[in-house]
Amino acid sequence: MNHPNSAFQFRHTVGERTFGFTNLADLMAKATPARSGDRLAGVAAHTAEERAIAQMTLADVPLSLFLEELLVPYEEDEITRLIIDDHDKLAFAPVSHLTVGGFRDWLLSDLATTSALESIRAGITPEMAAAVSKIMRNQDLILVAKKCQIKSAFRNTIGLPGHLSTRLQPNHPTDDLTGIAASMLDGLLYANGDAVIGINPATDNVQQASRLIRMMDEVIQHYEIPTQSCVLTHVTNTIECIDQGAPVDLVFQSIGGTQATNDSFGFNLNTLAEAQDAALSLQRGTVGNNVMYFETGQGSALSANAHHGLDQQTCEARAYAVARKFDPLLVNTVVGFIGPEYLYDGKEITRAGLEDHFCGKLLGLPMGCDVCYTNHAEADQNDMDNLLTLLGVAGCTFIMGIPGSDDIMLNYQTTSFHDALYARRVLGLKPAPEFDAWLAKMEIAKNNEQFTLNHQLPDAFQQSLKRMIGGQ
Amino acid sequence: MDKSNKNTPQLSPTQPHHDAQQPVTANPWRKLNAFTDARVGLGRAGISLPTKHLLDFQLAHAQAIDAVHTPLDLSDLSRHLVSQNWAPDCAPLLLHSRAIDRSAYLQRPDFGRLLDASSANQLDCHKTNYPEGYDLAIAIVDGLSALAVQQNTLPFLNALFELLPLSHNDDAALAEETSSEAKKPWTLAPICLVEQGRVAIGDDICQRLNAKCVLVLVGERPGLSSPDSLGLYLTWEGKVGHTDAYRNCISNVRPAGLKYQEAAKKAYYLLTEARRRQQSGVTLKDRSDDEVALANNTTTNFLVSQ
Repeated sequence: MNHPNSAFQFRHTVGERTFGFTNLADLMAKATPARSGDRLAGVAAHTAEERAIAQMTLADVPLSLFLEELLVPYEEDEITRLIIDDHDKLAFAPVSHLTVGGFRDWLLSDLATTSALESIRAGITPEMAAAVSKIMRNQDLILVAKKCQIKSAFRNTIGLPGHLSTRLQPNHPTDDLTGIAASMLDGLLYANGDAVIGINPATDNVQQASRLIRMMDEVIQHYEIPTQSCVLTHVTNTIECIDQGAPVDLVFQSIGGTQATNDSFGFNLNTLAEAQDAALSLQRGTVGNNVMYFETGQGSALSANAHHGLDQQTCEARAYAVARKFDPLLVNTVVGFIGPEYLYDGKEITRAGLEDHFCGKLLGLPMGCDVCYTNHAEADQNDMDNLLTLLGVAGCTFIMGIPGSDDIMLNYQTTSFHDALYARRVLGLKPAPEFDAWLAKMEIAKNNEQFTLNHQLPDAFQQSLKRMIGGQ
Repeated sequence: MDKSNKNTPQLSPTQPHHDAQQPVTANPWRKLNAFTDARVGLGRAGISLPTKHLLDFQLAHAQAIDAVHTPLDLSDLSRHLVSQNWAPDCAPLLLHSRAIDRSAYLQRPDFGRLLDASSANQLDCHKTNYPEGYDLAIAIVDGLSALAVQQNTLPFLNALFELLPLSHNDDAALAEETSSEAKKPWTLAPICLVEQGRVAIGDDICQRLNAKCVLVLVGERPGLSSPDSLGLYLTWEGKVGHTDAYRNCISNVRPAGLKYQEAAKKAYYLLTEARRRQQSGVTLKDRSDDEVALANNTTTNFLVSQ
């Protein structure tokens, strides 16, 4: 502040005071709505006024500057190279003359139809998406995200307008098959599981992952469920599972927005390409070939000390460049899992969830959100109700579904099977059409249009349940 | 089991008791909660959570919040540690991270990863006296659940040292000559007890003690159903600045989770393999279960008939 004659790339004068920002990264960070992770990194605005001035200054930055001034050096980072080398100048042309502020107006305007948004997609970089999100209110993030329609498919069709899918997450602290099966049954009978049935294994172990993959495959085949399975193990484990002949539907990996973050996760872009090829070679999709499932979350780059001085939301958006390279079925921002040092309370978690969903959709991703919090964060179920409702309105692709909101393996709280039904009912959102039809066929749903469930246990599950608890 | 069902008549599992005039629909699969801690079969009021389960959840959340803020009883744990037959001659070292209190700890993970000045000094002095270092350092760290550390540390370490051969510094040279690679005894550094610490503080400790390898025992973030879960992190040649890619993790060690003997077996496997390959992390996969898994590779469960 008040440095009229120094090495500031950006200056903004209000009355007699001049605010300065050293470079584009500094300006982006200072313009970011307040959150603990940016304070931890030492990149946040020092005052509320400085933040507001940074947002004004950022609004005047031409979008084209993001193609010239790279926030992470091209030579050092394969994600920067991916962003720049894959940038589509023709797609960018309709908005290339705009500033960040002008881009916000354009996105909100009636010019930005669903098809217009689709046609500029390959011309928008993650940094442009992050920049504009920083000067958008929550309702702006919701409105524009809802206009973006992103469809993906494997054994069902995800992301159609008016639909909300759920990942059935039957985690168990010891990977006990009875415990996992109990949570799967609970989820299916509560009409959840169309996005994926996805297990976080208790320990990263190739044999165990392979066993869980086969177990889920057998259940999906037995009940002819139009859905897909995934074990959320390291990508190199999944490649080994495929080599060993396991029936892998989706390949999982946690991804970050800098090469150094992904180094810390133990993979690079080549690893993902190898995994995608391996999964595609199995040809297990019936209505589509999106075989990748990625998870992200603000704060991962800083946590790995790999953020290059950037704010955490800009790093997060850059992870979406990695995701869209591999045509994922699902991308999930695990927004409240990382803890209060990155997103302190319900307000910061809510804002981050909406930003991530918006940026993901703008960049063309089938974006879902793990609406969640940990027991050391200042958040509770009411905060989750709010974010879930907002994301439902925004056209979020999928959310998690878990028994009673309690993940007994990962030790955090996410949305329950009941929560998903609440969102469907108040917002009129249906599961994937193939899965919806299955719910009717299996007599799990009583009335698909009114979102009511059968009061009776469906026939197909009676024998299964009898096997477990029948002898009493 | 669900106590509220105590007085209801015995029902066939396939004939759920439902009266359409009742606001709450019970789930016949509620009885599956005998086999898992997951909150399955809660029933529903419309499609919403019944009152009883809403209030149960809120109580569990309140208890988990309280668990985060309960401090570790260092003197009690230390007293028990010195009385074990495997305990090193040197008393446990009581250390503290740079996070001065819980509030600083929660907001500044960077402080929790490094030792404060006096703790660092304490280890540096120790190293002056024992410059040859150790094969293994064990760091017991409060993390987000002191309860987990208090409850699980001793039984786990006792199980581990039934498998892992130890030697004292005096006879290390002798042991090196006489033992095969896998059976070679390990020299053990004084146990380090750390307050307000995070996983990576083990690297600081490993480096300062000149240890080849560090095993961190840390309280994991408390869950609603598991406020007492211990995590184990192994790093070969831990150095400040190492990322998670250098670590191997064994999680959820507690009586109702991964049992002590099982956890010890995994830790023993990883330690032995880390020493054999002189590395840890993503390149060192946990194959300790492979033989068991191959022998018992069943996917049988009640959802799919045999």
